[in-house]
Amino acid sequence: MAYHNPPTTPRRSATFDDYTLSEIRRAAATGIYDIRGGGAKRKLPHFDDLLFLGASISRYPLEGYRERCDTSVVLGSRHAKKPIELKIPITIAGMSFGSLSGPAKEALGRGATLAGTSTTTGDGGMTEEERGHSKTLVYQYLPSRYGMNPRDLRRADAIEVVVGQGAKPGGGGMLLGQKISDRVAEMRTLPKGIDQRSASRHPDWTGPDDLEIKILELREITDWEKPIYVKVGGARPYYDTALAVKAGADVVVVDGMQGGTAATQEVFIENVGQPTLACIRPAVQALQDLGMHRKVQLIVSGGIRNGADVAKALALGVDAVSIGTAALVALGDNDPRWEADYNALGTTAGAYDDWHEGRDPAGITTQDPELMKRIDPIAAGRRLANYLKVMTLEAQTIARACGKNSLHNLEPEDLVALTIEAAAMAGVPLAGTNWIPGKNGF
Amino acid sequence: MPKAQREQGHARVFDLGQQSLRELNQALHDLGPGSNETAWEVLNPKGSHSVAVGVDQPISIDVRGSVGYYCAGMNDGGTITVHGSAGPGVGENMMSGQIVVKGDASQYAGATGRGGLLVIEGNASSRCGISMKGIDIVVRGNIGHMSAFMAQSGNLVVLGDAGDALGDSIYEARLFVRGKVESLGADCIAKEMRPEHIELLQGLLDRAGITDVKPSEFKRYGSARKLYNFNIDNADAY
Repeated sequence: MAYHNPPTTPRRSATFDDYTLSEIRRAAATGIYDIRGGGAKRKLPHFDDLLFLGASISRYPLEGYRERCDTSVVLGSRHAKKPIELKIPITIAGMSFGSLSGPAKEALGRGATLAGTSTTTGDGGMTEEERGHSKTLVYQYLPSRYGMNPRDLRRADAIEVVVGQGAKPGGGGMLLGQKISDRVAEMRTLPKGIDQRSASRHPDWTGPDDLEIKILELREITDWEKPIYVKVGGARPYYDTALAVKAGADVVVVDGMQGGTAATQEVFIENVGQPTLACIRPAVQALQDLGMHRKVQLIVSGGIRNGADVAKALALGVDAVSIGTAALVALGDNDPRWEADYNALGTTAGAYDDWHEGRDPAGITTQDPELMKRIDPIAAGRRLANYLKVMTLEAQTIARACGKNSLHNLEPEDLVALTIEAAAMAGVPLAGTNWIPGKNGF
Repeated sequence: MPKAQREQGHARVFDLGQQSLRELNQALHDLGPGSNETAWEVLNPKGSHSVAVGVDQPISIDVRGSVGYYCAGMNDGGTITVHGSAGPGVGENMMSGQIVVKGDASQYAGATGRGGLLVIEGNASSRCGISMKGIDIVVRGNIGHMSAFMAQSGNLVVLGDAGDALGDSIYEARLFVRGKVESLGADCIAKEMRPEHIELLQGLLDRAGITDVKPSEFKRYGSARKLYNFNIDNADAY
């Protein structure tokens, strides 16, 4: 009797999944790695793996909508004569003009100002749109020094020395030629249409001792008025935070690997750095070990999406968070209303990340004058302000339930973790236990 | 007025042996347009960092001695002369004006400078003119390795020799070297000295007060422009 061999279901490899196969084919066809914007897309341990413990008997909750829960924060009180005072602990992260359109920068300024917070420049310098519409503007001092000048330094409310980004710690940038309009070329002192390679390191200092002297120079130029932030990519948060404090920073910004970038190699974005959640406790610990927690403020960014994320970050010891990708979405980036246009680019709303190509249907990450008309900076600014206010209300709701009359009174004791990984990274107990994996070390 | 801060001729004198750096820089920043305090003298800098940074008025400052990091950083219109040597980053990100270092300069002199003229009468160390964006730099002596790395625009004139990897990843800056070049960096090549370059170089030498050399003694270097737009066939150059 002949043996019947039944057909089996075709099985795809988990290692060589469809995306991986398409990347291999693309690399073989083009001879160049994939460049894209945004932050890490892979699944990473995140704030979702933490839960708050609301008040019952052992804690006493505050009434929602009746009892005050303060949200304000002061940044830069260590050395600066004029620290920054914000109404909410959510700031807008640095995103460059050149990568973003002028109307998008204006909308960020409008939205941040309406919500009582700051916005930040980026590689490319300070634009009038942004300065004019931002009550509080942080001026980034970047390795490339595109558009850097002392006049704008003095017009800023704070200075952020950018050492690294979460999406690419140790990496430089690449703005492809198609986005180099006349105006962008003029601001960056380069010929129109060429790829612009941004340096990965500052040209005139090489280590923490030099950085200390560089910060002194910036303070002298601005008469010690403005807070100096130091921003690092989330790679070695304990040591980088400690060295930033040693160098004299008023504020340390730690950007986790979910933090976005305008354009970098996909392989870099997905494989370098640490998740935001993993960066917070070591950075806080560094400040605590130095006796500088709450004296040098800590801002954390990278994948912050809602008020729960804000509250969790604050509970773990940060003073404020910063948002970039979420702010772009609030302005209208990746909006399904442009689905047909996204399809024409071979993608879909929600997945578009080729911001460097300058063809953003939403008019946000482009220098195309026609596409730019699609964003109304007043309406988009209002949307951003709405979003920031919602996040704040959400964080307040959680804080009140935990019995806190200030977002800054949230503490690690208010949290438990759903996974061992998150418990170890955040330094809070695994839910239902008093076990904190990895306590006494990193 | 403190004892050390006195009128000496027409110059306002600051003695950093007796007064603080902060007082000096604040006094310089307090000058408004049209101030008649146009001549300054700084005594006893003794290697201080950030001397006369952020000057934004057309004043002249004579620094009597050697300075540390970032002297005259971001100068915008001032004429600053260091009668000694300068530490790292002299004239970094200068916007306009003139800086003269009578002695030697350390690393990254004139880094990212966007305008003005930096003259170093001695030697400059590594990374001279790194990422320059419009500044003109004239060095009477030699310069170190990685000079004019990622130089975007402006002119670097070297009467002596240049170290390794000159002009690596250079964009549109022009490099003129009279002596030997240890090696050229990625995308940097020797170029023809045409009449317009002779004329340009003569102008730079005149502005730097150099009269004992001729433009024809220099070679010109600049970008091969192969790295302007990424091409996988040029990947070996990176």
